[in-house]
Amino acid sequence: MENRKINVKNALKYGDLYTRLSAAVMGLGMIGHKQIAKGIGVLVCEIAFIYYMINKGIHSLSMMPSLGTVEQGKVWNEAKQIYEYTTGDNSQQILLAGVVTLFVIAGIVALWILQMRHSYKLQKMIEEGEHVPTLKEDIRNLFDKNLHITLMTLPCVGILIFNIVPLVYMISMAFTTYSKEGDHLMLFDWDGINQFVRVLNLNGNIGRQFWHVLGWTIVWAIFATFLNYILGMILAMIINRKDTKGKAFWRFCFVLSIAVPQFVTLMIMNIMLQPSGAINVLLKELGLITTSLPFWSNKIWARITIIVINLWIGIPYTMLQVTGILQNIPGELYEAAKMDGAGPVKIFFRITLPYMLFVTTPYLIASFVGNINNFSVIYLLSGGGPTYVGDTAGQTDLLVTWLYKLTVDQQYYNIGAVIGIMTFVILTIVTLVTYRNSSSYKNEEAFM
Amino acid sequence: MSTVKVTGKKNARSPRRIAVNVLVHILLGILAVIWVLPIFWIVLTSFRAESGAYTNTFLPQGYTLNNYIKLFTDRNVLNFPKMFTNTLIIAICCCILSTFFVLSVAYSLSRMRFKFRKPYMNLAMILGLFPGFMTMIAQYFILKAMGLTEGSAIRIGLIIVYSACTGLGFQIAKGYFDTIPRSIDEAAVIDGATQWQVFTRITMPLAKPIVIYTVMTSFIAPWVDFVFAKVICRANADQFTVAIGLWNMLQKEYIYQWYTCFAAGAVVISIPIAILFLYMQRFYVEGMSGAVKG
Repeated sequence: MENRKINVKNALKYGDLYTRLSAAVMGLGMIGHKQIAKGIGVLVCEIAFIYYMINKGIHSLSMMPSLGTVEQGKVWNEAKQIYEYTTGDNSQQILLAGVVTLFVIAGIVALWILQMRHSYKLQKMIEEGEHVPTLKEDIRNLFDKNLHITLMTLPCVGILIFNIVPLVYMISMAFTTYSKEGDHLMLFDWDGINQFVRVLNLNGNIGRQFWHVLGWTIVWAIFATFLNYILGMILAMIINRKDTKGKAFWRFCFVLSIAVPQFVTLMIMNIMLQPSGAINVLLKELGLITTSLPFWSNKIWARITIIVINLWIGIPYTMLQVTGILQNIPGELYEAAKMDGAGPVKIFFRITLPYMLFVTTPYLIASFVGNINNFSVIYLLSGGGPTYVGDTAGQTDLLVTWLYKLTVDQQYYNIGAVIGIMTFVILTIVTLVTYRNSSSYKNEEAFM
Repeated sequence: MSTVKVTGKKNARSPRRIAVNVLVHILLGILAVIWVLPIFWIVLTSFRAESGAYTNTFLPQGYTLNNYIKLFTDRNVLNFPKMFTNTLIIAICCCILSTFFVLSVAYSLSRMRFKFRKPYMNLAMILGLFPGFMTMIAQYFILKAMGLTEGSAIRIGLIIVYSACTGLGFQIAKGYFDTIPRSIDEAAVIDGATQWQVFTRITMPLAKPIVIYTVMTSFIAPWVDFVFAKVICRANADQFTVAIGLWNMLQKEYIYQWYTCFAAGAVVISIPIAILFLYMQRFYVEGMSGAVKG
């Protein structure tokens, strides 16, 4: 018996009648090769697909190029003395239906390929006189060597429907005129890359804000990541010193602040730092100031306040995470350094920091990504403000908070989608570059 | 040996060493005050007798329990007890689903070898680079198309939003599973155990810390999220979760009346979550160092 590969081409070329027929009637190859229940299941999928396409799918696809043309009309009803709205096309629903249909088609194509291969495989098994698994055996296998299929199916379906489809849908919005601007909320059109040009164009209003926000986002992410990292590490080292008494107590004090839900502490901080909030009141009571400090109303103050408060939130986290790793540093390294007469500062920069950077590069990248996408700190503390007149982005807005404002508050969906894509591009570049240049990637050998 | 010890003790008593130690403890003391002060302040505020958002003194002038009583009895404007039950129901369902998703995916990726394994892990990494809020609006539209954005269906919508994509957050659990020796599984398989039995009877009991960690994090998520909840609930006040309720109490129209109640609510929510967190922090640390090592 010649040993042909199991693929669709060979299935069509060398398959028997059942296998070839299953190219049109899906599942027939299985029904004809002793796997009747599975075959019927696949056939039902095909029938459901055809039913869906006739009922909705073809219409959805045909609407995709135009995204709808019928405008919502307003008709004066003389009898009731009111304006009545006639239903027009809703481009947003058309786009969603179109995206879903494309996914359904992709799904059926994948199923078609799988069942073609499977039919051919079954055919070969029968030809070679092998045992064809019965339904019962198949089910048993789903709990044994195919357990991953049982376990991963539901999570994957969840991710597909509530992450991948929304993402594709949102990305497609970036290429449309879907926005409150020019009243395109009900009916919008494809717009090519015009919105991208607008966002990247430094001379336009949106473009100017974009580069501004991008600059601050990167400055913020660098400060937030590295200050937290280094200061958190120093704190962990101070607490873990041999001579420090009451280690558990100190650790408890710091961990307590992250045990309280973050959104609660952030809202409290926001209130405390208001012009007539507790901090200003306290400083006035102590006689240190006479007029309130402009924590949120001045651009520079707001930016520094946010970074400082983020330290308050982030340092305990870092402390918690690095404590275990710090204790893994080989003691001989320290002893050797002390023998050579190195002081604590030198030891930190020559031994501790390089070792930690080596081990925790993936963590640092993750926390950098997390900080670029750090929504709640900015949104709850400053709300992105102070905002200048005519801008949609405030002076402390990150790309994510601006994205939120643009979509949820302003309904500039297309620009919001462009910003989201740009964030993704930036994060991808940062991740790839740092990961490629990190010592843990270049040299997978142990740190020495 | 003995001489080394003696010099060590001498060093510890040397004036310079003592000075350093005193300085370190003073520094830690100051830092601890900075870190604990806001929490201490919010607890005091929750017992404050004077109403209103801002007062002229740092410490309250009088103390009362009324804020807590109002929080749990005033059902007209902001119905906190209702929000509490809403969140509890969502949290329990979410907890069951997410725990199943996370552990299933983590176990499959750690223990099974299949074609889709590497692509899945790469895909999860790529999806993680998109800002979460980008999908939020689209998720709302999809839920709307499914009819899950009206009335009590909002609850189902929220449960789906919180748990559907948790299969992407497998890293910590997988890191932990990776540290369990495979030889244990292999021995069980030789004894005739199926993969399912290995998963439920061997790996799960051995990975108890990470199971508890996953259960707790997925239980806490609905309590602390206000963004997704806000977008999906919109103005349906009877479907609000605790986080939106607390957030609302600080908005212009409510802040004067509700500020001290906000403090009370914050304390009420924070205590159980803080206890859960303090309990699970060691699992967190273990998971972290495991994931980094792997």
